[in-house]
Amino acid sequence: MSTRVKVLNVSKNFGHVVALNNVSCEVKQGDVFFIIGSSGSGKSTLLRCINRLENVTSGDIWIENDLVTGPKANIRKIREETGMVFQSFNLFPHLNVINNITLAPRIVKNVPAEEAEEKARTLLKRVGLLEKERAYPEQLSGGQQQRVAIARALAMNPMVMLFDEPTSALDPEMTKEVLDVMKDLADEGMTMMVVSHEMGFAKAAANKVVYMDNAEIIEIGTPEEIFNNPQKERTQRFLRNVLKA
Amino acid sequence: MAKINNKTKIEVTDGVLIPARDDSSIFSAWRIAFYGAISVLILLPVLSPEPYCHIFKFVVGFNEDWHFDFGSSGLVKTFEVTVLSIICALIIGLLVGLGRISRYPLINRICTVYVEVIRGIPLLVQLFYIYYALAKFVKIMDISAAVIAMAICYGAYISEIFRAGIQSIPKGQMEAALALGMTRSQAIYRIILPQTIKVVLPPIGNEFIALLKDSSLVSILAVSDLLRRGREYASTAFYYFETYTMVAIIYLILTLFFSRLVAIMEERMKTDVNQG
Repeated sequence: MSTRVKVLNVSKNFGHVVALNNVSCEVKQGDVFFIIGSSGSGKSTLLRCINRLENVTSGDIWIENDLVTGPKANIRKIREETGMVFQSFNLFPHLNVINNITLAPRIVKNVPAEEAEEKARTLLKRVGLLEKERAYPEQLSGGQQQRVAIARALAMNPMVMLFDEPTSALDPEMTKEVLDVMKDLADEGMTMMVVSHEMGFAKAAANKVVYMDNAEIIEIGTPEEIFNNPQKERTQRFLRNVLKA
Repeated sequence: MAKINNKTKIEVTDGVLIPARDDSSIFSAWRIAFYGAISVLILLPVLSPEPYCHIFKFVVGFNEDWHFDFGSSGLVKTFEVTVLSIICALIIGLLVGLGRISRYPLINRICTVYVEVIRGIPLLVQLFYIYYALAKFVKIMDISAAVIAMAICYGAYISEIFRAGIQSIPKGQMEAALALGMTRSQAIYRIILPQTIKVVLPPIGNEFIALLKDSSLVSILAVSDLLRRGREYASTAFYYFETYTMVAIIYLILTLFFSRLVAIMEERMKTDVNQG
């Protein structure tokens, strides 16, 4: 399988705070790359560096053959190649569901309106919200909003989807509907990087689990390796605390 | 949780109270003032036509046979100055407001200095300055000088409203737009500004009312607005008290009328948001 995302010796500082310290990893096509770790460990920062919502302090990131980092990077192309789903959904409140989804394809990729809408309806059907196409975000539940946000990101035909704690703001029953959509995506072979605390989803859908602590990647492995037989002491301690809760 | 930013309200400290229906004490105070002022405006000319009826005609722009004369109407002039000024001030305010959140330090600095300088100089001084100082180099028509000065002054205040409005939109909106591949200017134009408009409309309505009142200052620039017409009348007829009573009542009615209009607009916007 070819490499989709390659992160090489990336460091990121916010002033004196080190958010990423010499992080390297590789995401292959079709991977569901699951990142766990306590808050402040740099998980979200890693995702945000990949689509350049943050600039790295040093190191390099590639998506396919495009260099993300560095002054010559084509930031817009990188962002077209990556779809991002946020913890707080960030739907555009002044646009209804269908326009939320079609706006970027229309103005970024110049897709004709009808084509964009047709695509949007297909995606809405996929996330089970076809009947909500005329609704505004505030008329939807959190889980529905997040599913629309996923459809919105998919509408750009990204090569890799970045999920930044997609269910942290949701009630348990809404969490499930969002995870189900993500599971479907994973089964269809979408390359995904997921920052989340949903260990059940990691066991069911991930093929790589990464444990991060204190701005560093501590351990990478399959879900079985990490959850059943973690090698590092820090990983063991984290999992003990999480699974106990 | 996602913040519902449409309900963000920018507090504006000075200026008239905006009488919302659910704010009953202000609303009833507004009613007393508004209907009281209208009764006075009608009663005074009826009970004592000399001089009140004459003052009313002269100031508002009726001739002796109650024919409306556009050219000599102080009311029309006041609105002309107010409306032209607010339009120019909105343009200046939007550009400067965007400049103040610009990532380019130079643009940012220029806009901030502009706001600081303008807000530090009284409007009356600015009016004099633009009228007399600039007249040394170019001849500016009376009303243009008035509009330019008012627009430059109010542009600074309105830019602050735009800046605050833009900054009240959650950061995630810009991030989501950028993450979808939009450029910064596409994101501002398509995502940020449409949301800002809803937030800034009420405070801009306030500025409009404040500008309407401050437009009386242009009477010193030989612009025949309401106050100027009143002064012209008073200086020939010597009815100072009576004239300025009428002028004050007319301003009061205008201000109260528009403040209620702003309140209605605000209420509409709330229900709009609730219904989506």
